[in-house]
Amino acid sequence: MLAFLVQRISQALLVMFVISVIAFAIQDGLGDPLQQMVGMSVSQQERDAIREDLGLNDPLPVQYLRFAGNAIQGDLGDSYFYSKPTLDVILEHLPATLELVIGASLIIIVFSVPIGVYSAIRPQAWLSKFFMGVSTVGISIPVFLTAIVLIQLFSIGVTVDWFPSDTGWGQWLNGALSTDGGLPSYGRGEELTHLFGTWESGFFSSGGLMHLILPAVSLASIMLPLFIRLIRAEMMEVLQSDYIRYARAKGLSAGRINFLHALKNTMLPVITVGGVQIGIMVAYTILTETVFQWPGVGLMFLEAITRSDIPLIVAYLMVVGLIFVITNTVVDLVYGLVNPTVKLTGKKA
Amino acid sequence: MKKLLTAFVGSLALITAPLAVSAEATKELKMAYDADPVTLDIHEQLSGGTLQLSHMAFDPLLRWTKDLDFEPRLAKSWERIDDNTMRFTLRKGVKFHTGNELTSKDVKFTFDRLKKSQDFKAIFKPISELKVIDDYTFDLITSEPYPLLLNTATYIFPLDSKFYSGKTEDGKDKSAITKHGNSFASQHLSGTGPYTVVERQQGVRMVFKRFKDYWDTDSPGNVDKIVLTPIKENNTRVSALLSGGVDFIAPVPPTDLDRIKRDPDTNLVTMSGTRIILLTMNEERVEAFKNPKVRQAIAYAVNQEGIAAKIMKGFATPAAQLSPKGYQGHNDSLKPRYDVAKAKELMKEAGYEDGFTITMMAPNNRYVNDDKIAQAVAAMLARINIKVDLKTLPKAQYWPEYDDRAADIMMIGWHADTEDSANFYEFLTMCPNKETGAGQYNAGNYCNPEIDAMVEKANVETDLDKRAALLQEVEKRLYDDAAFIPLHWQDLAWAAKKDVHIEPVLNVMNFPYLGDLVVE
Repeated sequence: MLAFLVQRISQALLVMFVISVIAFAIQDGLGDPLQQMVGMSVSQQERDAIREDLGLNDPLPVQYLRFAGNAIQGDLGDSYFYSKPTLDVILEHLPATLELVIGASLIIIVFSVPIGVYSAIRPQAWLSKFFMGVSTVGISIPVFLTAIVLIQLFSIGVTVDWFPSDTGWGQWLNGALSTDGGLPSYGRGEELTHLFGTWESGFFSSGGLMHLILPAVSLASIMLPLFIRLIRAEMMEVLQSDYIRYARAKGLSAGRINFLHALKNTMLPVITVGGVQIGIMVAYTILTETVFQWPGVGLMFLEAITRSDIPLIVAYLMVVGLIFVITNTVVDLVYGLVNPTVKLTGKKA
Repeated sequence: MKKLLTAFVGSLALITAPLAVSAEATKELKMAYDADPVTLDIHEQLSGGTLQLSHMAFDPLLRWTKDLDFEPRLAKSWERIDDNTMRFTLRKGVKFHTGNELTSKDVKFTFDRLKKSQDFKAIFKPISELKVIDDYTFDLITSEPYPLLLNTATYIFPLDSKFYSGKTEDGKDKSAITKHGNSFASQHLSGTGPYTVVERQQGVRMVFKRFKDYWDTDSPGNVDKIVLTPIKENNTRVSALLSGGVDFIAPVPPTDLDRIKRDPDTNLVTMSGTRIILLTMNEERVEAFKNPKVRQAIAYAVNQEGIAAKIMKGFATPAAQLSPKGYQGHNDSLKPRYDVAKAKELMKEAGYEDGFTITMMAPNNRYVNDDKIAQAVAAMLARINIKVDLKTLPKAQYWPEYDDRAADIMMIGWHADTEDSANFYEFLTMCPNKETGAGQYNAGNYCNPEIDAMVEKANVETDLDKRAALLQEVEKRLYDDAAFIPLHWQDLAWAAKKDVHIEPVLNVMNFPYLGDLVVE
């Protein structure tokens, strides 16, 4: 176990080192940070002075060594735009992103497991076919389109008048297809609860939860179909295996077979994929947060790019790299718990 | 007994309530801009966001009206004493947010700080000194006659000199202007304006509260609290308004104008703006551009009206010059001159009938539809056999390329900080000169000393009629010479809920006077 963790930590350090080198190497292509800091009419001499002051005139290796020297002491530099340490800026924005990812993950877990299991047990039922059809459509719609449609339907609201409103059925159809809207379409709202440090949570107030609904649903919409299909496929395979047939022959109840014996083995590959997907979800938050003006790290990163806020970009990439390594480590540990036959590296067989 | 008491308290409240309400602002306004102010220090960066903040938390000496006239604010009156001196009289009894009273000393402090600001010093260069006469009188002195003194004075938003003087706990000078890093002024603020900043989470939200002792008791404004949320994504900003999440948004993207017009609960206000979008033709990189006939041919080949109608969906005013209507240099006789046959003929006369190949660069996220405009121009030039190799870039990467003059034709938009024509010429058409900073954005390297001399002359001409004639002549000469290709002035648009009366507080400079905003 210890050897495993040591190995992972050294991997994390290597990953972060590589990311920082790459981020530094491409910074010339990210534009001129000065452009965002001064007005158009500031003269060239003034600009040169600021550039010198920021140390932007030094050759890249010199800049990198200076950065690396500070980074070893835990200082990843100051953001040009926020004028404070980049790590502080990221920590301020991280809770919003984590809550969004948690919200989306909850939606995925709550829906994917029952739907996946159901459509595996009854593959021919019309409801299963319906779920499969919807999930094919869901997987192919880009997240910002989902988001815009959700905003139009549940935030602004639509009035449908396609059917004759002088007939009872027409009125009913119009009413059924129209939506009131009213759900918040941007930000996290004002009712945030302070937990600790920089963590302001929206989980403990109705306003906060309302603000979370649309972004979390949009974010979940990309991953949900994938998980439904994965669980279904795995479950169907497991249901064919010998030990399940044996359990049936033994006369165990269907519920016990499906949900205790079959589901447990189904979840193994799902956990592996899930770990990787959580990392990918962090990437998808960039889109979702932009559409919903969700004040998390994704939105912060996108704006840092448009502002050429290089220290913040480098720090973000390193933190995300770290998150990837951590989630993968946790997944490996959980995997070991679920399936005791799997050996962690460094553990004696 | 209890009942009696409640009844008594209740009736007491009824009596006092109307009194309290009538004298005070009570409304709340939720608004969304595409960005929030970068800093609370209004001298740190000269930008639209800074000026919008300045007009909320501070007051200028005088400000522009809707018709580009001057309206006295903190300065009660002014008079010209001699060619180089203007005397201002300050309003009495004006209080800063801290409770300190405004005097000439504060104005002097502000002026000296502006002279040090990297972004503002260029605007204040012609004014050599601010001389305090007494607590409520001061002189602005220029080294030579300066016709734009009042335009410049609109940038003086007096700071609370006592508040911004001294040292912070960790020994930093409170008045320091820092571009990067945490200065006192970038985090704290005290002005005379209608609103104080009560909460600020950069990039997330900013909360303003009406200042109790605001001097302008005649202001009709009745908004007590403003919550500003920056929403960068156009679609989200419009949705926020339509869903009732916010009451007021700016800017409104051209693609959503119809959607907002159709909505019965919202009001849309549009205005022809003052930011000119233009293309430069680099004479140093392309030999053919040195020939005025080739430049004219390009001017004839570009269809400004088509671009404004088709690409901008009518959300732009086609331009044939730099100065928008209302500016002294605006010359009514200059019209867009789209005529492909004429353009081909000019190319033939210049000996370039078979055309040539050039490169072009434009940003793709700076101006409205900038990349589409560039593509349209490239297609228009193809018709006179000029083959354009076009590259569009995000603004962060584009400006370094612009500074390097990396393509033969480049796009730029310009707004005159002084709200005056001469500013356009100084930055865009004067012969580039590193020493004086003239022609800093003249990526065409167009150079005509005669025209430059006329601009210099206009800059010291205090007779406004004579000055306007000079500037209009400059505009005409630039047009005849086809020094650049003007495209259009980008329109401005704001939208708000019906009960928010934004129209009276808006202006073409795009700094709404929110202190005077009335909400039903």
